[in-house]
Amino acid sequence: MSSFLPPAERNWWSTPVGKQEVIWVGIALVWCLIMFLMMPYWHLYGKQNLSSEAYQTTPAKFQQRVDEMVAQYQVGEEAGMPIVKPPVGSDVYMLGRLWQWYPILELEKDQPYRLHLSSMDWNHGFSLQPVNINLQIIPGYEMVLTVTPDQAGEFTVVCNEFCGIGHHVMLGKIYVKEN
Amino acid sequence: MAQFRVCPDSGFYFDKNAESLMKANAVAGAVFLLIAGLLGLGVILTRWQEVHLLPADVFYQVLTGHGINALIFWIIFFEIAILYFASSTLLRTRLAAPRWAWLGFALMIIGALMNNIAVLQGNSSVMMTSYAPMQAAPHFYLGLILFAVGALIGCMVFFGTLVIAKEDRTYEGSVPLVTFGAITAAIIAVFTIASGAIILIPTFLWSIGYVGHIDAAMYRVIWWGMGHSSQQINVAAHVSVWYLLVGVLFGARPMSEKVSRMAFLLYILFLQLACAHHVLVDPGLSAEFKVFNTSYAMYLAVLASMIHGLTVPGSMEVAQRQKGLTKGMFEWLRKAPWGNPVFSGFFLSLVIFGFLGGITGVVMGTEQINLIIHNTIYVPAHFHATVAVGTTLAFMALTYLLIPVLFRRQTFLPWMAKWQPYVFSAGMTLMILFMLGAGTLGVSRRHWDMDFTGAMLAFEYPGTAYTMMAVAGIGGVLGVLGGVMYLVVTVGSLLFGKKLDESAGLLQGFGVPLAPSSYTVEQPERLPMAPKLAVEEHGSAGFEAPGTFVLAMFLLVCFVVYYFINWDYLASVWPLS
Ligand code: HEM
Ligand SMILES: [Cu+2]
Ligand SMILES: [Cu+2]
Repeated sequence: MSSFLPPAERNWWSTPVGKQEVIWVGIALVWCLIMFLMMPYWHLYGKQNLSSEAYQTTPAKFQQRVDEMVAQYQVGEEAGMPIVKPPVGSDVYMLGRLWQWYPILELEKDQPYRLHLSSMDWNHGFSLQPVNINLQIIPGYEMVLTVTPDQAGEFTVVCNEFCGIGHHVMLGKIYVKEN
Repeated sequence: MAQFRVCPDSGFYFDKNAESLMKANAVAGAVFLLIAGLLGLGVILTRWQEVHLLPADVFYQVLTGHGINALIFWIIFFEIAILYFASSTLLRTRLAAPRWAWLGFALMIIGALMNNIAVLQGNSSVMMTSYAPMQAAPHFYLGLILFAVGALIGCMVFFGTLVIAKEDRTYEGSVPLVTFGAITAAIIAVFTIASGAIILIPTFLWSIGYVGHIDAAMYRVIWWGMGHSSQQINVAAHVSVWYLLVGVLFGARPMSEKVSRMAFLLYILFLQLACAHHVLVDPGLSAEFKVFNTSYAMYLAVLASMIHGLTVPGSMEVAQRQKGLTKGMFEWLRKAPWGNPVFSGFFLSLVIFGFLGGITGVVMGTEQINLIIHNTIYVPAHFHATVAVGTTLAFMALTYLLIPVLFRRQTFLPWMAKWQPYVFSAGMTLMILFMLGAGTLGVSRRHWDMDFTGAMLAFEYPGTAYTMMAVAGIGGVLGVLGGVMYLVVTVGSLLFGKKLDESAGLLQGFGVPLAPSSYTVEQPERLPMAPKLAVEEHGSAGFEAPGTFVLAMFLLVCFVVYYFINWDYLASVWPLS
């Protein structure tokens, strides 16, 4: 009954600690260190790291870059939305707005692209399915990352940050073709 | 002059003012839990795709209300009651400034009602996190601000009470461990409310047009400065409750005062810095900041929780072994009072918090692994294990103690109380496990329709995702049933429970002579230090609590395996840099 009574010893800070607790604290500390080291390790040797490259932008500026890319590289249309096939290795853009991911991208398998993402209005969530890569897309910020799709097929961008009543219809597409 | 009564069943002294305030706060908390639970039923029955109960607008409205009422109003009202208990009752002192405490309570009630009205009116379905630039009605933010001010007053009353106890020398030696834990919680709460003010006050001014622009990324970082540390308040509070309950149930003492207190200190030192694991996949934050913030700041707090994870059941084991339950590794656990909801609630809270909440939290808070988890339904699964089972169930278990001790009522429908922790945790565990699974398949959180009805483009989740959400649905309904049982027992006890005038022989009385419970005492005798124990070893191999050590190692193995499984899964997704 002493967890809610004052400690039995006045100098409780200098009473020895049992062996079992010492061992456990040691084990737990080592485990925390391993978990800490895993993150830098993955930065060096892992392939999935988020770049910290990002720029402040405005919806109008970002929209303009998207429009330029669409004008230059559009190859088709689906459900009223342009399909764009930018060159391998180039800067590709996708914007989130109420309630679509625009435009549809067509990429080549195993080729790197610099993908720029931003939002025109509220927060959106870029959730690439079924790969399951999830990013937070914030208005006023342009996130840039290099992606290398290593599977061919049809991929969907689901919005997974709540963005109002049409949140559940906010889908986008990325097609990855074998070259 | 302060007036005290002594509880003849527990020996706790209650200052009359503190007692009324504890009752008021605990009851208010339970009312908001009721609201939250009913809204939670609407949420889960909509996420269960085959049922899909609510229309989209109502779903988002209900989800906003569920999150705020559960996480903020229920938990914080109850925590204020705990703060008053841990100061006034445990230190046998009068409460500082009861009028201020009532003012704080009134502000919290007004704030909570105001916020609920804003959500009910329908133009504030912005979720608990209310990320700018999505805007709610001004009284949505104002309600939260008033509530926070009220809670801050509660913390100040708590600190004032500690000062009075010290000045009046109402206890010998240092404050008890449980009070120490409560101090931790209150200190973190003050930090939290400060960063809450930094972000919510400008947001309120923005909603009424005085501020032109709120930076959306900055909002998330500061909001989570508050949002994360507020979760640390909960952890510190429910760990304190665990220590209290093992003390009450088993007469347990901490294995080492020093280790347990150091672990609480780690919470203060590191937890409130940690916001980065909520913004790991946000644009523009450097990897160094994220690694530092999630590891230096967070893992030391994780370390602290791992320590409590050993010392709480360990102290119970030591106490049980001293009573002669020494057979094998686990006799102390097998022969625990499993039919007593104070015990079962405590123990299930501990196990589910550690195994489900703790492990998933650390895994998804790893910088790179967060890529495959952020904003999926995995996230709510994780925090239902931490707050909806860990914290909530610990508070429920405490309630079963408070019904006789604080409210002086006999428990209404004891058989229901007996089953409640099992029903609640079985339901929640089912919901948690299957939402974790669905999240791994990419199902998103805060999402009305897995079928994407009406979208211009089409997408289908795998069939297993639907099955998982359906099982989660069944679990959620069972969980709500468990919540209803809790409220039936508590409300029933207060309304119909037999009044306890004399000792009901419910607890062992901690050596205090049994007496009728009336306000006769002017100042209790000074709280003595815990009796010294002759050092005895009851375990094996020099271990005081070998069974607990085995359980802890089992937790660690699960942790390590699951952690690396997730790295493996991450390695399979598209390369990014
Ligand atoms: C009793 C049964 C409960 C059920 C069935 C339930 C169900 C759910 C579900 C399914 C979600 C996720 C919805 C989504 O993201 O689409 C959710 C969100 C949430 N729940 Fe619960 N819950 C329960 C109790 C609790 C309790 C006791 C707490 C806290 C103490 C809690 C706190 C929250 C919070 C904070 C959210 C996040 C809201 C948001 O995304 O803004 N829940 N709940
Ligand atoms: Cu969106
Ligand atoms: Cu959305």
